[in-house]
Amino acid sequence: MSRIGVFLCYCGSNIAGTVDVEAVAEMARTLPGVVYVETNKYTCSDPGQEGVKNAIIEKGIDRVVVGPCSPRMHEPTWRKLLADTPVNPYMLEVANLREQCSWVHKDKAIATEKAKDLVKMAVAKVARLSPLHSTEIPVHKKALVIGGGIAGMQTALDIADAGFKVTIVERETSLGGKMVMLDKTFPTMDCSACICTPKMSEVGNHPNITVKSYSEVESVSGYIGNFEVTIREKAKYIDYTKCTGCGACETKCPSKVINEFEQGMSKRTAIYKMFPQAVPSKPVIDAEHCRMLQEGKCGVCAKVCPTGAINYQDEDKLTTETYGAIVFATGYKLIDWKPLYPEYGGGKYPDVITGLQFERLVNASGPTEGHILRPSDNKEPKSVVIIKCVGSRDPNKGKAYCSRACCMYSAKHAHQYLDKVPDGRCYVFYMDVRTPGKGYDEFYMNTVHDGAQYLRGRVSKIYKEGDKLICKGEDTLTSQQVTVAADMVVLETAMVPADGIDELAAKFTVGRDADGWLVEAHAKLRPVETNTAGIYLAGTAQGPKDIPDSVCQAGAAASKVIGLLNKDKLESNPQISRVNEALCQGDGACANICPYGAISIVEKQFRENSRKVTRPVAQVNPGLCQGCGACTVTCRAGAMDLMGYTNESIMREVDALCQW
Amino acid sequence: MPVVENNANAIPEDWEPKIIAFCCHWCTYTGADLAGLNRMNYPANVRVLRIPCSGRMNPQYVIEALNKGCDGVLVCGCHPGDCHYVTGNYYARRRMMIFKRLLEYEGLEPGRFQVKWISGAEAGKFRDTVMKAVEDVRALGPINLTREIPYFELPAMPDDDEEAFNAVPEEVFPEEVNA
Repeated sequence: MSRIGVFLCYCGSNIAGTVDVEAVAEMARTLPGVVYVETNKYTCSDPGQEGVKNAIIEKGIDRVVVGPCSPRMHEPTWRKLLADTPVNPYMLEVANLREQCSWVHKDKAIATEKAKDLVKMAVAKVARLSPLHSTEIPVHKKALVIGGGIAGMQTALDIADAGFKVTIVERETSLGGKMVMLDKTFPTMDCSACICTPKMSEVGNHPNITVKSYSEVESVSGYIGNFEVTIREKAKYIDYTKCTGCGACETKCPSKVINEFEQGMSKRTAIYKMFPQAVPSKPVIDAEHCRMLQEGKCGVCAKVCPTGAINYQDEDKLTTETYGAIVFATGYKLIDWKPLYPEYGGGKYPDVITGLQFERLVNASGPTEGHILRPSDNKEPKSVVIIKCVGSRDPNKGKAYCSRACCMYSAKHAHQYLDKVPDGRCYVFYMDVRTPGKGYDEFYMNTVHDGAQYLRGRVSKIYKEGDKLICKGEDTLTSQQVTVAADMVVLETAMVPADGIDELAAKFTVGRDADGWLVEAHAKLRPVETNTAGIYLAGTAQGPKDIPDSVCQAGAAASKVIGLLNKDKLESNPQISRVNEALCQGDGACANICPYGAISIVEKQFRENSRKVTRPVAQVNPGLCQGCGACTVTCRAGAMDLMGYTNESIMREVDALCQW
Repeated sequence: MPVVENNANAIPEDWEPKIIAFCCHWCTYTGADLAGLNRMNYPANVRVLRIPCSGRMNPQYVIEALNKGCDGVLVCGCHPGDCHYVTGNYYARRRMMIFKRLLEYEGLEPGRFQVKWISGAEAGKFRDTVMKAVEDVRALGPINLTREIPYFELPAMPDDDEEAFNAVPEEVFPEEVNA
């Protein structure tokens, strides 16, 4: 038989003013299982708590009902108090006599009746609770950052500087992401490479950071503090321990391939470094285009390599490691505008380029060494049209959202163009100009003063006439049709999530929104956490952002990770789902509905009717389960139950209200 | 919708409706606490039972409550899209929508079982919901599960299962689910 102690509180006059606490206490003494009832003026005060503790020990109480304020206020206080007594902290129920009774009712008789009911319900529930013990989860003091762009690098540096080991997985052959492709950065116009490449080498040389370039996440299992991640390092065909990065191989390789880094505007060799300042500063062989690997003939690079680092037999390597925390910094790509905008030529005019291509054109280390020359005939364009919101804010063709950085970088492109081609004309077609940021609007106004012609409206058609691109649009401020004969057109296209994020997010059970961006746990209050504990977001993986915001978020994600890794052990919440294996049918309905992927179906051996049988049953991962209880309702066999809110305890609460 | 005739004479004079409200810890329970902090006043007929998420709400609890003599049941969760546990209230919405139809088919007056979405900030909505529920149930009188059920037509069910599950159940019970 349970020995329940009921501790009721006056809360000064807060409760006692409208509830006859003594009458409630009198009633409580008659309830089954109740061995002790006490009233107190302020139960939560130090002497009040001391009194509860003493009574528990003196009366041999094994479960406790307290009747003061809302459990949202003081439940943790009571749990902490019980931890110091022989009573299990989870053998507790709080009857909300203040917020949901005395404060909302005026009639004392009615409020007292309700208080009695609330105490009855609490007593009925607590009688059915069982002791719960939180387990300790060890924390592996190591973080994994997925993506080596500016957000990923900043996160890794911040975590590594705090003294924890970090691994960066980068899909490309070098760190740097999109930022390193840019020429200059708004609004200060400092050169992107000058601020990005030092970060890259800092990451590459940091004693606490391991860079896994040309690698991808293969699989993941586990939970907060203990993610077991398998990383596939793609075959590089070069022994990095021998390679010195001298570059002799690149000069001799006969295969010429379209250069992705230069946005298709130049060629690279099959053995290549993404760009000269790449980190790691060593090449890889692109197996798809290498003559030796495809046809078995060539081998020039092996011949010229002074250190014998080339290894054509190289294979993908799989490594598995355990990480305590994971940060997604997977970034973005530009939307493929070609199929969406046939009216802009759909890719048939080489002089209609994207913003990122413009960045490479204007970049001193780009294909034209920084001279703005249009791709078709390498002539300097004397008139340029910049079209904003291509794919952004266009739910019919592209995305409904604003890509946020384009207003600023289109102003930057206009400024750079007018700077390099002083006699040129620049027209910017815009829907709105959005410049919220430090120094942003000043920058935009400077561009306008530079002579950029801003026209409010969309371009409806681009077609070729001679060597000119005719852009037809509308200036909605003067309600006039506008026709501009341009030499080159720059499309400021929308940001969309990076390729492969769907599969990756599914592996980690991280949610994605309708547009595919990863979803934060709370838009305002938990912007860098995901709904999977231990997984965080940085940069444009979460949504379109500019560099300052990405760096900010990277720092925020790093601080969350540091906070987690600083702990030696995590205490797990014991109020989670539990499977009754004898009843479980193993049909997996619970596993399908769990939003955290916490339930898996495993084959287990049982002795049934003195025979050994192997059958599937559900298994709850205590590190992943958050205790929502959705699975308990879906279980047809009734094998799932939620600890702390068991079916039995809720049913008895209902009974107590109706029948006692 | 069923029309239930109440025999006012049968209601005992000191009868007060007894209503149980299953409230999600993260939203409605918080909203109810806020109503207390704001010293809002509402009828004392509703007893709140805290559950971690409306997705935890097992229809059995409702049956138990009605069987054992509760005059009405309220289920309150976070607004669709706001679930603390990502998807719990979507499950609750589907389950409760189907379950409510079942109860009504079995003859329960619609006012006795209500589902509402109330956020932690909507203390006023909590108060209004309680007042409305008490008013509705008071009009229906004490629960009597053994009474004879007058014949009535159920509203048309959507054509196929898919539609029934996916449709925002406006037509089915407009106020409760989409309020």
